[in-house]
Amino acid sequence: MDAAEWQAVRLTAELAGLSTLLLLLLGTPLAWWLARTRSALKPVAASLVAMPLVLPPTVLGFYLLLLMGPQGPVGQLTQWLGLGRLPFTFAGLVVASVLYSMPFVVQPLQQAFEAVPERLLEAAATLRASAWDRFFSVALPLARPGLLTATVLGFAHTVGEFGVVLMIGGNIPGATRVLSVAIYDHVEASEFAHAHRLAAGMVVFAMAVLVTLYVVNRPRRELRTRAQPSALGTAAAPIARAPHPGEAP
Amino acid sequence: MIELALRLPRDAFMLDVQLSLPSRGVSALFGPSGCGKTTLLRALAGLERAAGRVAIGEQVWQDDAAGVFVPVHRRPIGYVIQEAALFPHLDVRRNIDYGRRRVAASAQRVALDGVIELLGIAHLLQRRTGTLSGGERQRVAIARALGTSPGLLLMDEPLAALDAQRKAEVLPYLERLHAELDIPVVYVSHAIDEVARLAHHLVLLAQGRVLAAGPLAEVMSRLDLPTAHGEAAGVVLEARLAERDAQWQLARFDLGEGHALWARDPGLATGRAVRLRVLARDVSLSLSPHSGSSIGNQLPGQVQDMADDTHPALTLVRVRVGRVPVVARLTRRSAHALQLAPGRPVWVQVKTVALLP
Repeated sequence: MDAAEWQAVRLTAELAGLSTLLLLLLGTPLAWWLARTRSALKPVAASLVAMPLVLPPTVLGFYLLLLMGPQGPVGQLTQWLGLGRLPFTFAGLVVASVLYSMPFVVQPLQQAFEAVPERLLEAAATLRASAWDRFFSVALPLARPGLLTATVLGFAHTVGEFGVVLMIGGNIPGATRVLSVAIYDHVEASEFAHAHRLAAGMVVFAMAVLVTLYVVNRPRRELRTRAQPSALGTAAAPIARAPHPGEAP
Repeated sequence: MIELALRLPRDAFMLDVQLSLPSRGVSALFGPSGCGKTTLLRALAGLERAAGRVAIGEQVWQDDAAGVFVPVHRRPIGYVIQEAALFPHLDVRRNIDYGRRRVAASAQRVALDGVIELLGIAHLLQRRTGTLSGGERQRVAIARALGTSPGLLLMDEPLAALDAQRKAEVLPYLERLHAELDIPVVYVSHAIDEVARLAHHLVLLAQGRVLAAGPLAEVMSRLDLPTAHGEAAGVVLEARLAERDAQWQLARFDLGEGHALWARDPGLATGRAVRLRVLARDVSLSLSPHSGSSIGNQLPGQVQDMADDTHPALTLVRVRVGRVPVVARLTRRSAHALQLAPGRPVWVQVKTVALLP
């Protein structure tokens, strides 16, 4: 592999790592709220989170481009804050990735949180645990399989993203030229050997990640009596959708 | 005193309760399923947001008028439910430690090692909760609740999920708990045998309202309550094992005021306090002491009141033996023949005495 390709690999890993971190920080409280709330806003919030599942990435990318562009409200805000413009920057890609991969993190977490029995949280409350304490000492440990699924899917899905990257980030080496775009370039240029190297690498990566996930999240025998969706269930739901045209594996 | 004044609308009923419970001993909330006893206990714990006031002695946990509502985790309670609700991600030891670690060392009054010993779960500490039997789970849940050194222990049908054998396994622990720790308990149950065995104070609930409340013996002997009807109707007597007759394997149980009953020797130490359960169907009345009867237990008493039983052939008679109430179920013909009326002196003959050890 040449230097440009290594650069694409490193950039992809950085993008996916940072996006996953932000997704977990934002997605965990959001998923907890969605799992526990009886608010009338819940269907609306859940639908917004799920939008990237049904929208073509180009649509999302297009509106993000408008929002973050020089005339868009987000763009005006970032310029006013002295952050410059987000489109065609690494930061812009991170913002887009976080939005685009949100359902892959929030949905497994939400399902895992919903499976935490209310009576265990109540038991913790009667044992002097405050709301924060209950979340960290009971809910989060019990939702561990969902957390793992969310992390892996968030990371893997960001790695595999193409349409949004192209719309927001373009193809700037070292800034926005991630693996999926690099493969596209190689194919356009009929460099099939190069394309193969990267594409096969991604197939192997995806397979390894999923096998690891399914093995680690295998329900343990003594926990099986509990009403907990299996790791396979939570992982399979977002994967089962049809891929969008033009999307990398 | 535990003072409760709570209102909470429910689908099937309106919980509307004004109640004072003693701050010592076991208070039972008793009634059929869906009568509101669990809801009342949850409201007392703060798990349910009812309207009204909850005060435990000087501490006010809820007072809507003053805008006070102490959240569950700041109330010094222990709470045990039917399903035990152990944390599946922690082993038994860490389950038990969960509450204790959240209480300041200076506020810990219950010696947890002693409790673990008392509940007979020392050999389970390293186990995962999924491998425990129902009775073991329940005992672990009780130890966990006691780890916070609660000032009030709330138990919601802790034995209901257990079969008779497991129940018999846990019950003695509950009694020892009360005897050794002296923590007031509010105990929800729909099983009269558990209540008869454990409770000192009895609250009868129906449709979200209090039908009757008072000392166990008084409430159980009242003829105007649903507890007076049915095969299990009867009274509970506090007694002391005074003397044993080795030849006939019998023991004498003193009821106080010079009255006593003989029953099978339970093998307990002399001087020990025991509870005796005397069912209404096992009590008969006569105007003079019998000498030619196979029934050896005869006590002098005075009719207090009478009431119809559910079957028109039967009548219920409450007799005072000294201060102790005993209920007899007779045919109306017998009652008529004896010319029973309030104030009439009678002899109470007790055929069977069940010991609640």
